[in-house]
Amino acid sequence: MLEVRNLHVHFGVIHALKGISLTVNDGEIVTLIGANGAGKTTTLRTISGLKKPTGGEIILDGVDITNTSAQERVKMGISHVPEGRRVFSNMTVLENLELGAYLRKDKEGIAKDLKKVFDLFPVLADRRKQLAGTLSGGEQQMLAIGRALMSRPKILLLDEPSMGLAPLLVQEIFNIIKDVNSNGTTVLLVEQNARMALQIAHRAYVIETGRIVLAGPGAELMESEEIKKAYLGG
Amino acid sequence: MEQLLQQIVNGISLGSIYALIALGYTMVYGIIKLINFAHCDIYMIGAYVGYVCMAKLGLGFVPSLLVSMLVCTLLGVAIEKIAYKPLRNATRIAALITAIGVSLFLEYTTMFFATANVRTYPPMTGFMAKTFKLGDVVISAQQILIAIITIILMVLLQLIVKKTRIGKAMRAVSLDKDAAELMGINVDSTISFTFALGSALAGAAGILVGVYYNSINPLMGVLPGLKAFVAAVFGGIGIIPGAMLGGYVIGIVEVFVAGLGYSMYRDAVVFAILILILIVRPAGLLGKNTREKV
Ligand SMILES: Nc1ncnc2c1ncn2[C@@H]1O[C@H](COP(=O)(O)OP(=O)(O)O)[C@@H](O)[C@H]1O
Ligand SMILES: [Mg+2]
Repeated sequence: MLEVRNLHVHFGVIHALKGISLTVNDGEIVTLIGANGAGKTTTLRTISGLKKPTGGEIILDGVDITNTSAQERVKMGISHVPEGRRVFSNMTVLENLELGAYLRKDKEGIAKDLKKVFDLFPVLADRRKQLAGTLSGGEQQMLAIGRALMSRPKILLLDEPSMGLAPLLVQEIFNIIKDVNSNGTTVLLVEQNARMALQIAHRAYVIETGRIVLAGPGAELMESEEIKKAYLGG
Repeated sequence: MEQLLQQIVNGISLGSIYALIALGYTMVYGIIKLINFAHCDIYMIGAYVGYVCMAKLGLGFVPSLLVSMLVCTLLGVAIEKIAYKPLRNATRIAALITAIGVSLFLEYTTMFFATANVRTYPPMTGFMAKTFKLGDVVISAQQILIAIITIILMVLLQLIVKKTRIGKAMRAVSLDKDAAELMGINVDSTISFTFALGSALAGAAGILVGVYYNSINPLMGVLPGLKAFVAAVFGGIGIIPGAMLGGYVIGIVEVFVAGLGYSMYRDAVVFAILILILIVRPAGLLGKNTREKV
C-alpha cells in the first residue's frame, strides 16, 4: 500500500528526517513510536503532502506521489488526522464532517459514510449542531477521526490520537482504531504511548532523531529489552 | 426627532459604504492575516471604472455597477497572485510593507492616467435624481439605492460563505490552513476567491460613492479605507458580521458628530473609537478572546 524510501526532510538547517524508510501493507496497523522530537509528526506531514521532502520517495499503490499536492493525495486515498486534532473549532460537528468529504461528489455515498461515522461515534450524532470548539478533548479526537474517515481513505495516518486523553478514553480510541482497521482501512499510527500502540499494531518502527532504529512485529518489540527500557518504563 | 432620524438615514448611507469596504479587509485578514492596505485603492479604482462607464460610455447604473465589480474582482485577484502570493511564507511585516507599496502604486498609476484632478460623476436623472419626504426627513433615491444594493450584496455574501462549498472552504482555510489542506481544499484558489469577493464589494462601494457624493479623485480611498479598517477592527477583525456592524456604527457616529456641529472632529472621533476598542475589547465587539486548545 504505502512505501516510504529514504526520506529526508529539512527545516532550514535542521535535518529532521535522515533517511526514513518504512512500508505499510494492505490491511495492516503499523505504528511509528519514538520520543518527543524524534520526527514522527514530520514523517506523517511529509506523507500527506503538507511538508516537502528534500530527498527520497513516497510510493502509494505503486505510484510515486512524492511530487503531488496534498489535495491529490487525499483523492488518492490518504487521510491524515493531525497532531492536536485540529478540528475547525468555529464550525459545527456536521460541517466538520462534511468538509472531510470535500472532494467527493457521490451524495449517497457521503450520506452513508456520515451514518457510519455516527454509528461509530454516537456522541457526535447527538452533537451534530454543536460547534466543534465546544467539544471535550476526547470528542474532538473522535471528530477528527470521523472527519478523516469521511474521505473514504485507503490509509489513515493518525498522529498521537491518545494525546491529552484520560486512560479510559485512550482505550476507547484504540478500540475504535482497531474497528476501523478491521473494516478494511489500513492504518499508520504515530504514538508516544508505546505500550498501547504496540498492543494493537501488526508491525512497528522505532524512530530516534530522524532515523528508524528498530523494526518488527508489535508483539516482538513489546518483549525487546531495549524497548522496555526506553519506551515502556522499565 | 426629525433631526435624529435624518442623521440616522445619512449615517446608514455612509455606513453602508464603510461596511462594504470593511468586509474586504476582514475577509482577507481572516484568511491570510494580512491588512491589505491596497484594498482602499481597489475601492477607488471601482469609483473610476464607474465614472468611465457612466460618464464616458453612457452606461446605466446597474451595468456600470457590474462592470465596476468585475474589474475590481480581476484587479484584486491579480494583486494577490502577483504581490502577495510569493510572500505567503514571508514575515508579516514584509507582506504589510508590500501592501503599502501596492497601495501607492495603484494611487499614483491612477494619477498618471487620470491626473490628480477631481472628476465628477454625471448628474443623476430620472428616478435617481428624486428625493422623498417622510415628514421632515429627506431620503434621496441614491440613499435608497445604496441601502438596497448593500443589503443585496450582504445577503449574497452570507449565502456564499455559509451555504456554498467554496464558502465552507473559505471558513476552513481561515480557521486552519493545514487542516483545510488535509481535507483536500485548494488553499491557493480559496485565497484567490476571498480576494475576488472582497474586491467586488469594494468596487460596488466605489461606484456607490461616486453616485452619492459625485466627486472622485485618486486619493479618495485613503481616509474611507482607514475608517473601514477601523470598522472591521471594531466589529472584530476576521468576523464578517462584525465588519457589517462596525461599518454602520462608524458611519452613524461620524454623521452624528458632524450633525452636532463638530464636523472638524469627525475623523478624530472615529480613530478615538479605534483606540478605545483596542484598549477595552481588543478582539472587537463580536470577537471572542481566542483560547489556544492543545
Ligand atoms: N516547523 C518546524 N520548524 C523547525 N523545526 C521543526 C519544525 N517542525 C519540527 N521541527 C523539528 O523537527 C524535529 C522533529 O519534530 P517532530 O516531527 O515534530 O517530532 P515528533 O512528532 O516525533 O515529536 C524536531 O527536532 C523539531 O524541532
Ligand atoms: Mg509529534
